[in-house]
Amino acid sequence: MRIGVITFPGSLDDRDALRAISLAGAEGVALWHGEHDLHGVDAIVLPGGFSYGDYLRCGAIASHSPIMAEVIDAAKKGMPVLGICNGFQMLVEAHLLPGGLIRNHHGHFIRRDQLLRVENNSTAWTSDFSANEEIVIPLKNGEGGYIANEETLKELEGEGRVVFRYLGVNPNGSLNDIAGISNAQGNVVGLMPHPEHAVEAGFGPNTDFRMRSGVDGLRFFTSVLEGVLA
Amino acid sequence: MARHADTVENAVATPEKEQPFAALGLKPDEYARIREILGRRPTSGELAMYSVMWSEHCSYKSSKIYLRQFGQKVTPAMKEHLMVGMGENAGVVDIGEGWAVTFKVESHNHPSYIEPFQGAATGVGGIVRDIISMGARPVAVMDQLRFGAVDNPDTARVVHGVVGGISFYGNCLGLPNIGGETYFDSCYQGNPLVNALAVGVLRHEDLHLANASGVGNKVVLFGARTGGDGIGGASILASDSFDKTGPTKRPAVQVGDPFAEKVLIECCLELYRNELVEGIQDLGAAGISCATSELASNGDGGMFIELDNVLLRDPTLTAEEILMSESQERMMAVVRPEKLDAFMAVVNKWDVETSVLGEVTDTGRLIIHHGGEEIVNVDPRTVAIDGPVYERPVAYPSWIDALNADSARDLPRAANGEELKEQFLALVASPNLADKSYITDQYDYYVMGNTALAFPDDAGMIRVDEQSGLGFAIATDANGRYCQLDPYEGARLALAEAYRNVAVSGATPMAVTDCLNFGSPEDPEVMWQFSRAVEGLADACLEMEIPVTGGNVSFYNQTGTNAIHPTPVVGVLGVIDDVARRIPSAWQDEGHNLYLLGVTREELDGSAWANTVHKHLGGRPPECDLSREIELASLIRGASLESLIGSAHDLSDGGLAQALAESVVRFGIGARVWLNDIMERDAVDATNALFSESTGRVLVSVPREDDVKFLGLCEAREFPVLRIGVTDRSGAEAALEIQGEFTVPVSELRARSNATLPHYFA
Repeated sequence: MRIGVITFPGSLDDRDALRAISLAGAEGVALWHGEHDLHGVDAIVLPGGFSYGDYLRCGAIASHSPIMAEVIDAAKKGMPVLGICNGFQMLVEAHLLPGGLIRNHHGHFIRRDQLLRVENNSTAWTSDFSANEEIVIPLKNGEGGYIANEETLKELEGEGRVVFRYLGVNPNGSLNDIAGISNAQGNVVGLMPHPEHAVEAGFGPNTDFRMRSGVDGLRFFTSVLEGVLA
Repeated sequence: MARHADTVENAVATPEKEQPFAALGLKPDEYARIREILGRRPTSGELAMYSVMWSEHCSYKSSKIYLRQFGQKVTPAMKEHLMVGMGENAGVVDIGEGWAVTFKVESHNHPSYIEPFQGAATGVGGIVRDIISMGARPVAVMDQLRFGAVDNPDTARVVHGVVGGISFYGNCLGLPNIGGETYFDSCYQGNPLVNALAVGVLRHEDLHLANASGVGNKVVLFGARTGGDGIGGASILASDSFDKTGPTKRPAVQVGDPFAEKVLIECCLELYRNELVEGIQDLGAAGISCATSELASNGDGGMFIELDNVLLRDPTLTAEEILMSESQERMMAVVRPEKLDAFMAVVNKWDVETSVLGEVTDTGRLIIHHGGEEIVNVDPRTVAIDGPVYERPVAYPSWIDALNADSARDLPRAANGEELKEQFLALVASPNLADKSYITDQYDYYVMGNTALAFPDDAGMIRVDEQSGLGFAIATDANGRYCQLDPYEGARLALAEAYRNVAVSGATPMAVTDCLNFGSPEDPEVMWQFSRAVEGLADACLEMEIPVTGGNVSFYNQTGTNAIHPTPVVGVLGVIDDVARRIPSAWQDEGHNLYLLGVTREELDGSAWANTVHKHLGGRPPECDLSREIELASLIRGASLESLIGSAHDLSDGGLAQALAESVVRFGIGARVWLNDIMERDAVDATNALFSESTGRVLVSVPREDDVKFLGLCEAREFPVLRIGVTDRSGAEAALEIQGEFTVPVSELRARSNATLPHYFA
C-alpha cells in the first residue's frame, strides 16, 4: 500500500509522517504541492507545519495549491485523507470538512501530551482503535480552537462525526472539546494533535508507564492500511 | 539609480570632505587608519563597510587578544575530532559513522531588550543560518535567557516578547527546542540576555565553507529581499552629511520571517545535495558588507559586485544602506557559471528570489559598482580580517576583596526540621528553580521525530542516524553569581556543569561553544572580569581536553555603571553511540536505591540557598576539581553502557534538595532519603547536606538487582559513593521524606514549583 504525504512550502512534519507510514508497514510517497499528480497513491496525508507562514489564514493558501484539486477530487471519490494540524486547517479551508480553527483561547502556542477519546472507530483512519479508547497524542499548535455554527455542531455530534475529543484539559478552547472530525463518508479525517509523533518508543509522548513510550499514533496508519487491504 | 553616490573618483578629488565617522562608531585613529590603508579618504560606501565590520560586534577588537587562547591552549587529542575550528560560521565535530555535528551559541541581547519579540525571533534565525551555511541541516535549537527581577513590572514585558518570539520563529521553522536556561536576577534588569544556540548535522562530504574561489564564478544573493531594517548606524548615513532626500530613520531591529527561512533551509539543502555551490555565507550582522568581504578574504581575494542587482524591498535605499542592511533570511553563494542554470532551477522550485550580483576575480580587490560608478574599491582583508585590535586597560575590581570576604558561612541556619522544610519549599518555588513549563510548553520539541531527551532533562538529546541510533547530547550553563565572585572560577564551573549535564545523559562530552556576555569593555574592571573568565575557560578546556569550536562575545551589557554579572554561557556537545541508552534525569520506578556520587562540602557561598533564604551574595564559589568531573563522567558512561542506572541528575543550583525535588515531581514517584551518612562522612550540617552546591556530584537511581555491579564499578574507580535512600510510592500517596527532618507530599512540591512563573506571567 502507498500513502502519499504532500510537502507544501512551510510543511514541517512531512518527514515525520513518512516515517510513521513506514513504521506502520506501508510505503510512503513524497508528493509535491506544485504538481497535479498523486502518483497513484492509495491514501493521502496532509502534514503539519506552517504552510506559507500561516499568511492570510492557516492553511488558506495551501488549500489552493495545484495538487489540492486532485486531493479534493480523490477525497470525494472515497480516498482516505488525513489532515494533521495544519493539514486539518487545509481540509477546512478546502471545504472537505466543516467549521474553522482559530487562535487558542489563551493566546499562546502550546505543546503537550494530550489525552484524547476515540469517539468514532469506524472511519478510515480509526478502525484499529476500540470504541471510546483513550489515547495519548502530542499536540502542538497556536491556532487549534475548533469552531462551527450550532447547526454544524449538532450535525457532527448527531452523525458521530466527532472522531476525537480532548479529555482532561481542553488545550485550545475548542467547542465541545472537539479535537478531530470526519466527513460524512468517514474517509476524510482532520485533527489538531499529531499522531505521527506517537509512533516510535523513545520518541513519543510520556505514558503512565515510561517516558516517551507512547505509540498510539501508529494505529492511525495501520487502520488505513487494513481498510485498503480489506 | 544611483542617488548622489560618493564614488571612488569623487573621494580622490575631495580629500578634505568631512565624514561622519564618529557618528558611525569609528574612533579618530580608526578613521585615520582607513585613510592610510586606502591612500585616500574612504567613499561613503567604504566608510559604511569599515564602520560595521570594525565594530566590536563584528571585529572582536577588544576580545581578540584573549580569545587567541582558545586556539593556543590545545592538545593533539583536542583536535582529533575537530573538522572545523574557530573562525568559521560554526565549528564542526566528527561524531563517527560518517556524520558530523555543527553547533554554536550567539547573543541577541540588545535587540531583545528594545523589541523583545523580533529581537529574540531573529536571534534564532541568525544562528540557524550560521548552521545552514556550514552545509548542515539544522536539527535543534535552545535558548539561554536571563531576565531582570521576576517581580519587576518591566520583566513581564521582556519575558512575553522573548518567549513569544522564540516560540513563533523556532516552531514555524520546524526545529525542536530541546533545552536552555531561564534565570531572573536584577542585574539583568536593563540588560536581559537572549542567547540562541543551534545544532546541525551533516555527512562529512557535505561540509561547506565560506570562501569565494575560482575566478569567474558567480556571486549570487538569494532569499528575502533587502530592506531598510536593521541598519542601525545607517540612519546617520541617511542624515545631512549624505543625502537630505533619503529615507528617514529606520528601525535598528530586524524583522524576522520564519517561513522565508524555512524555505531557505530546504532550498539550501537541495542546492548542497546537487553540488551546486562552491562557497556559501549567511547574511547576518553587517549584511552584504560582511558577506562580500569575508567571502573574498577567504577565497582568491578578489570580487566584483554590481550593487544595482540587489533585489530591494524599498527602491529608495541608498548604496550605503544596501551595504549595511541586516534584513534577515538572506544567503550569498558562489556558483560555477556552468551550474548557474541548475542553481536557478532549484531556487525557482522553492520560490526563492535570487539575483546574480557579480563574480570572483583575481584582482585582490573588492570592487562594488552602483549606478555604473565605482563606489567601493578595497582590499577585502582590511575590512574583514585586519581590523583594529585593542589591548584595553584592565583593573582588579576595587570591590571584589570585600565581596569575597563576606562568606555565607556565617548566615543563620535552620534550627529544626520544620525550618529546613520551609527553606526547602521556598527554594523549590523560587523563580530560578521553579518549574519552567510556562515557557517551555510554548516550544515544539516533537518536530523531526528524533528528540530523545529535552527539558526538563539535564541535557537535550537528538538521534542523528535512525538506523544505528547514533546521536548527540547538548547542555549549556553559566552561573553569573559565581562569576561575580570569581570570573576565572565561574567560567571553569560553567564548563564543569555543562560537561556533567551531558555526561549524566549517557553521552561523552566532545566539544564546546561559548557566548561570553559582559558589561562594557571600556570599563577596566569589566575587562578584568572578561580576561579572567576567558583564561578560566581556556585553562579548563585544556585540562578537560575538550576544544572550543566557536562562539560569540557580547559586550556593553551595561546600563550606566551597572554591568551585568559576568555571564559566560558554556555549551558542551557530547556524542552517544545509541540514544536508546540515554539516561533520564528523574526515576520512573519504585523501589530503586538512590546513590549520591561525590563529596559534599560546606559550600553555600553564591548558592541558591543564600540567594533565596538570605538575599546574600558573597564569599568564594565552590571548588571545582575538573579531573574529578572527568572521572565522574566516565563512571556514568560505564554504568550506562551496562544499563545499571535508571536515572541520573546533576547536582547544581539548590544542591541535593533541588535534585530530589525535581526527581520526585517529574514522574510523581516519591523517595525516602536519609542525610546522616552524608553529614557523618563529609562532616557537614543538614543545611549543607541539602543545599550545598559542591561540584562533581550526581544523584543516581539504581535497580536493586544492579546494586552489586554498580557499587563494584564505583569501588573499582575509587569514586566516593553513598546510598542515601530509596524511591518510594507513586500516586496520591507519593511523598519526599527526608528522614528525621521533614516530609512533603509530591503533590505539594509540584504545586509550589508550578505556581511561580504563571503567577508572574500568565
